[in-house]
Parts: sequence; structure tokens; C-alpha cells
Amino acid sequence: METLDLARWQFAITTVYHFILVPLTIGLAPLVAIMQTAWVRTGKESWNKLRKFFGKILLINFALGVATGIVQEFQFGMNWSEYSRFMGDIFGAPLAIEALAAFFLESTFLGLWIFGEGRLPKWLHTTCIWLVAVGTNLSAYWILAANSWMQHPVGAVYNPETGRAELDGIGGFFQIMTNNTLLAAYSHTVATSFLVAGTFVAGICGWWIVRSVRAGRTEEARGIWRPGAYVGLIATVAAGLAVMGTGDFQGKLMYEQQPMKMSAAEALCEGEESAAFSILTIGDLSNSCEGVRHLIQLPGVTSYLGTGHFTGEESYLPGVNDLQKEYTQRYADQFGTDVDYQPNLALTYWSFRLMIGPAAFSAALALAGLWLLRKGRVTDSVWFSRLCLVALPMPFIGASFGWIFTETGRQPWVVAPNPANPVDQVYLLTQDGVSTVVSSGSVITSMVLFTLLYAGLGVTWFLLIRRYVREGVEPPPTRVDDSEVSGPEPTLTFSY
Amino acid sequence: MDLPLLWFLIIAVLWTGYFVLEGFDFGVGMLLKPFARAEKERRALLGTIGPVWDGNEVWLITAGGATFAAFPEWYATMFSGFYLPLMIILLALIVRVCAIEWRGKINDDAWRSRADWGHTFGAWVPAVLWGVAFANLVQGMHIEVVDGNHQLTGGFVSLITPFTLVGGAVTACLFLTHGAVFLALKTDGDVRRRAGRLARRMSVVSLVVAGGWGLWAQLAFSANTFSWAPFAVAAAAMVGVVVATRADREGWAFTLNALVIVAGVALVFCIMFPNVMPSSLNPAWSLSIDAAASTQATLTLMSVVALILVPVVLLYQGWTYWVFRKRLTADQFDEHEGLHPTRIRAFEPAGARPTPALPDGAARPGGITPGQGSAAGPAGTSGPDGSAPGPADTSGTS
Repeated sequence: METLDLARWQFAITTVYHFILVPLTIGLAPLVAIMQTAWVRTGKESWNKLRKFFGKILLINFALGVATGIVQEFQFGMNWSEYSRFMGDIFGAPLAIEALAAFFLESTFLGLWIFGEGRLPKWLHTTCIWLVAVGTNLSAYWILAANSWMQHPVGAVYNPETGRAELDGIGGFFQIMTNNTLLAAYSHTVATSFLVAGTFVAGICGWWIVRSVRAGRTEEARGIWRPGAYVGLIATVAAGLAVMGTGDFQGKLMYEQQPMKMSAAEALCEGEESAAFSILTIGDLSNSCEGVRHLIQLPGVTSYLGTGHFTGEESYLPGVNDLQKEYTQRYADQFGTDVDYQPNLALTYWSFRLMIGPAAFSAALALAGLWLLRKGRVTDSVWFSRLCLVALPMPFIGASFGWIFTETGRQPWVVAPNPANPVDQVYLLTQDGVSTVVSSGSVITSMVLFTLLYAGLGVTWFLLIRRYVREGVEPPPTRVDDSEVSGPEPTLTFSY
Repeated sequence: MDLPLLWFLIIAVLWTGYFVLEGFDFGVGMLLKPFARAEKERRALLGTIGPVWDGNEVWLITAGGATFAAFPEWYATMFSGFYLPLMIILLALIVRVCAIEWRGKINDDAWRSRADWGHTFGAWVPAVLWGVAFANLVQGMHIEVVDGNHQLTGGFVSLITPFTLVGGAVTACLFLTHGAVFLALKTDGDVRRRAGRLARRMSVVSLVVAGGWGLWAQLAFSANTFSWAPFAVAAAAMVGVVVATRADREGWAFTLNALVIVAGVALVFCIMFPNVMPSSLNPAWSLSIDAAASTQATLTLMSVVALILVPVVLLYQGWTYWVFRKRLTADQFDEHEGLHPTRIRAFEPAGARPTPALPDGAARPGGITPGQGSAAGPAGTSGPDGSAPGPADTSGTS
């Protein structure tokens, strides 16, 4: 394996891993803040129990999210130094601003929220968790500004003297901040995060409703878990609609900006009008269009996703082969004629479908939950409890494949050329971005160590969360004789 | 104002913030095993840094991001050249974050012990390796210009010299002192007395090791006479720490030791000036501040952002320290935190009484074991009174 492949694998592993944890934090922090606000406003102890229960899970998750995020900040320089040199003038600013504006906010106020109970007035303590929620969502904006710029560079000029991409003045920075790719990606990512967290909360609360009803604790199901489930269900429904809307918008944008990515996602080899959306494909998708056979198709849907038209001239979409010819011609002077401009067809095709498919489980959970829990009811349906458990991991899977699609569909570019001005030289092939002084042995060493460590920590993370979910909320205070539960009264509300 | 120079200063300030604040976090972590004698003391040690360590760590992330934004060439050359040491530092920091956060989640001695070993590893390794890395910046590195780009071509071996190894010892000693002084300042009772005693001894060791290395750096590697100034400040402050710890003036000792770290970072940056990465092969190949800097537009933009946000950050971080200003004592802490490793409350029949913790030598079928290390063997030790965490103990905030 070349250093290039290893570095790509390493970035993929560390980033996908990081993004298993990220959407849960982004979505769960506001939901916990909502639960705490409900407790402060209504004084109902059930909300306090819920926010403590989900707060503990948020913290377990936050720790690993922070730990895996540290690597990302340095990985650009370690494995992708040539990329960092070429683009650092533009790419570094959002990263630095993310740390200054968001990371400090999150980490400082999370510490205040964990340890500040009893020391801070209730309203201030609640403000802390709201600031954490703001921080997590703010950090997403800045890091996506950097990523969206790689997908669709704006506000940059090529400086032939230094051979680098440079920021096009302060106006260029505002272009980067309002890049339409960024606005689409940000709304889609945040909506996805709320879908992940909403499904998580609804699934866990739903499972507990069934459990506590079957254990004869109907009061607990009705008083604590049902309101919790509703917070999750409402978040899921709202986020689900937002994911669909923003996803559709993003698809149309992608056909303008990165047609190769979208055509590859549809395994659309030759350009056609009224292109169909295939649900199932057989044949060898290994980077050639030979022998692709679509089994089940929805006529015209792909054209609609890309252009907004089912039929007619306006529904024409270019195919992978047409685009390959076009790119080869355009960049022949610079890269020669034997560069493959297609992403991995099988990967983009299937990751696109694995992004959309699993989200259906969130929808199923939302519909079932809203029906079964209507008008103050609780349920003891075993099927509902199973659906809750199956639905839990699904949005995580969808989110991961969505990013795998976005990033691998960009290949072979690390900074994709902006079709609006394709000759401004602000683009870079991935193979030209990798560090030249780092040996493949170094990358293998770090990749093996990171992967092993991440695997160990991942298993621990899962078992911890599972353990805390199964523990449930604190029971309502029973009149236990205190003398039997011995031990000193701790004077601190929380300690490590 | 010369913007690249301003950013050279800002990067120095960010690293200073990181070392001053994380310095005592590392120090406390390094002392966790050798210093604390009982579970309650370990909890008290962790309690001193508990609310703030995560915010302190962000200074590193910011220093990295700011280097990327203001000096892309420096960022690219340094991090691709320091590949293996940086990788080890990152691994250690990952382990440390999880070890701190997850330690109190399961009420089990074996679990806590593994977390504490992880924390120890995660504190000692960066404490030494950051010193090695910055000593390399002082000494000059194996930098060549390849195709118009500066590249650190020496690989891992070129980063290890007697001078850089002593540099690692310097940061380890300084952070240990910093941690001991911080503990003396933030605790009360027996821990405070012992931390004060340790600080008295450690400050003398620091004075010898750091002072010797500073002199070596100044005489062997500095082309700038003005770098004597931070050296003098550091030395004077170090003597001040020795005096203050002997007089049990904890506030002064901590302030002066922070000043030692500030002056130490200043010394490194003054010796490097006007380069960000001096080449040991050929002065012409050194990476200078101006050659490494971003464009005027980016620097202007980042200056505005930094000058607005850094004071705000300092304000609310300072407020956090004010909120948690009270001294801690070991007996404020409970022996038990977290859930029983195997017995799940909600899965007990209704009305079950909380049962005692595991008897000695009881096996744990299917208990949680942390990702590191081997699976848990039978390691049951119950609390001193055999009590289990009942409902009364689950009063954690989060």
C-alpha cells in the first residue's frame, strides 16, 4: 500500500469514528437543555430525573467525542502537509475560529454544568447547558465551512508566485461563510444530528415504557418515560422533515457543483433525460459502467432529484462517462490524459442508499410511537420495544454513510474544482495533497495504534452507555430506613 | 503593526496558556498514583482539576488551529516532521480524556485502577514529549528546502539528542512542581500539607534541571542577546518558587511558578526568532516568520477574531476558576461513585433492598471492562463498611 492509500484509510477511519459520536452530542445537548428547562419551569421532578439520565449518557459520549476530535486538528498537518501548504491560507481560519468561538464555550460550560449544580443558581446552571448546546452547534458550522469549501471552493484566488491558493480579501471570507454548499451541508448535518438524538431519546424512552408497564410500574411509564419519549418523537419528526428538505436541496446543488458525484451515486453511466432512480442494481460496479443492470427502478426520480423535472429536456443529466471525457479534456495540460476522474462507483452508489434507507426506521418509530402513546396512553407492546432497539443504531448508520458518500464521491479531488470558474487553479488532486516526508511505515504504525485504541474505547463506550440505559432513572424516594444505607453523606454533588 | 510578528506573539501566547493551565492538570495526573494514598484522596486530586481540565485542553486545539491559519507552512512542516512524537502525544491525550471522564462511572476498584493508570500514562507522556518537541525548535532541526517547500527530512531519529531529552525532563519537572503547588493551593488538610512538602522538594529539582537547560539553550543555540531577558525572569521566578514554597505562601508559589512557565515559553520563542523552525543544516533553509505566514487578508481577519474572542474566553474561564475557588478536602468525597459493575438496579424485582457490594474474591460474570488492558479478573473489594451504592449515592449531577 502506498502512503496515499494509507493516509486516506486513516483519515476515513478516524473521521467516521469521530462522527459516530458527534451527531449524538450535537443533538442530545439541546434536548437535555430542553428537559432541564422544563424542570426549572414546571418544577416537576420527572423532568429532573430525565435530564440527569440523559445527561449522564451525554457526558459518556462527550468524552470520547472530545478525545477523537483532538486527532482531527493535527491530522491535516501530519498526513496531508502538502494539502495544508496549498490551502492553509483559507482552510486554517475556520478551524482556528471553531476552537476560539465554539470549543472553549463547550468545554468550559460543560465543566460548569457538571460540577456547578448546587453552587450556581438554577437559572445560571440551566444557562450553562444551553451554552454547551449552542457551542456544539456552532462548532459544526465552522468545521463544515472548511469542508464545504473543499467541495465547492469560493472566495479564493490562485497566486502563481507562491503556487498557493489565497484568500480573496476579507470579502472572500464572507463568501466562504455564506457558501451555498455550506448552508445546505450545515442544515442537513444539524437536522441529521437531531434525527440521531431524537431517535436515541425516543427509542430509549419507548423501550423503558414497555419495560416498566410490563414490570407493573405503570406510573413510572406514564410520569417519566412518556414525556421523555415525546421530546424524542417531536425532535425526530421535525428533524426527519428537515433532513428530507435539506437533502433534496443539497442534491440539486450537487448536480450543479459536483455532477460526477451525483451521477456516480446513481450509477448513471450515459447521460439521459428522465433518468430513473434504481433501488437495486446488480452487476459489477467496480469502477466501470460495463455490465451494470438496474433491477428495480423508479422512473424519472433521479432526474427530479437532480433538476426538479421528471421529464423533458430540462431533466437531462450527464453520465459518468461523459463527465470523464470532459474532465480529461479540460485538465489534459496539467495532469495528462490518464487520470481517472470517477469516484468508486460501488461505494458511492451503495453509501447513498445506505444513507437514505436506515432513516426509514426513525420514521417507523415516530409513527408507531405517536400512535401508541396518543392521549396519555402507555403501551406494553413487545413489538414496539423491539422496534425501539432496532431503530437506535439506524440514524447513526445513515449519518456515517452520508459522510462516506460525500467524501468519497469527491475523489480524486481533495479540493474539487468549482465548475463556475474551473480555470482559476484552486483545486487539488488527493494524490498531490499527501505528506511527502512521512513514510508508509509511520502511517501504518499510527493507523494500527489508533484503530486498536479506538476499538477498545468504542467497546467501552458502548458498554457504559448500555449499562446506564439499563439502570434507568432514580426510583421515586421510598421510605427506606436511612440507617441501613450507611456511609457518609457526600458534600459534593459530583466527583470523578 | 507587522501582522506576521503579531501572530508569532499570539501563537506564543496560546502555547503559554496551554502550558500554564494544562501544566498543573498534567502535574496532578502525574501525581495521581504516587501521591494519593486512598480513594478519597484520589478523588480530591481529581476534584481540583475536574471542572476545568477540558477547557484548559482547548488551548492546545486553538494553538494548532491558529498555527494552521496564520502559518500554514509551519503547521505543515512541523506536524509532518514531528509525526511519531505527535502521534504518541495524541494517543496519550485520548486515553487521558476517557480515563478522567469515565473513571467515576462504574463503582469498582479494578475499573478505577485501570482508569488511573490510563490517566497516569496520559499525563506523563505529553509532559515529557512536549519538552522534547520544543527543545527541538530551540536546537534547530533537519530542515531542507525541497521543491520550494521546507521539509523536515531527518525523521524520528533526528529529533532525539541529549539536549532535547533534557528538554523533556525540564517540562516534566516544571509540570510536577506546578501540580504540587496547585494542589497545595486548592486542597486542605493532610493533602495540602503533603503537597506543600512535595512542592518544596520539587521546586529545587526544577531549579537545577530547568535552570541548567535554559543556560545550555541560551549559550549553545541562541543568536539573540535579548533572549537573556526571559531567561533571567524565569530563573528569578524559579528562585521565588523555592522561597515561597518554604514559606508556605501557596498563592505566591503558584503565581511565580506560572511565571516560570510563561518565561520559559518566551525563552523558546525568543531563541527561535526570527524563525519559526530553524534548520540545523543550513541557516538559509530555516523557515522564517515571514516565509511561513499566511496572506495579509487572512492575518487581518484572524487578528480581528482573536482580539475579540480571546478576552471573552479569558473572562469566562477566569469566572469558572472563581466559581470553584473553594479548597477541597479528602473527607468531602464519598468512597463510592458510579454504578455497580454487574447488578442493575432496574432489573431487580420491585422492593428489593440494596445489597452489599461484592464480597471479597467474588467473580464478576460479564462485568464491564475498559478497553485497555486485560479483562477484569476477580478483583472484588468492597467498601469499608460493605455498603453498596444505594439510591442515596446516585445523586450525581449529570
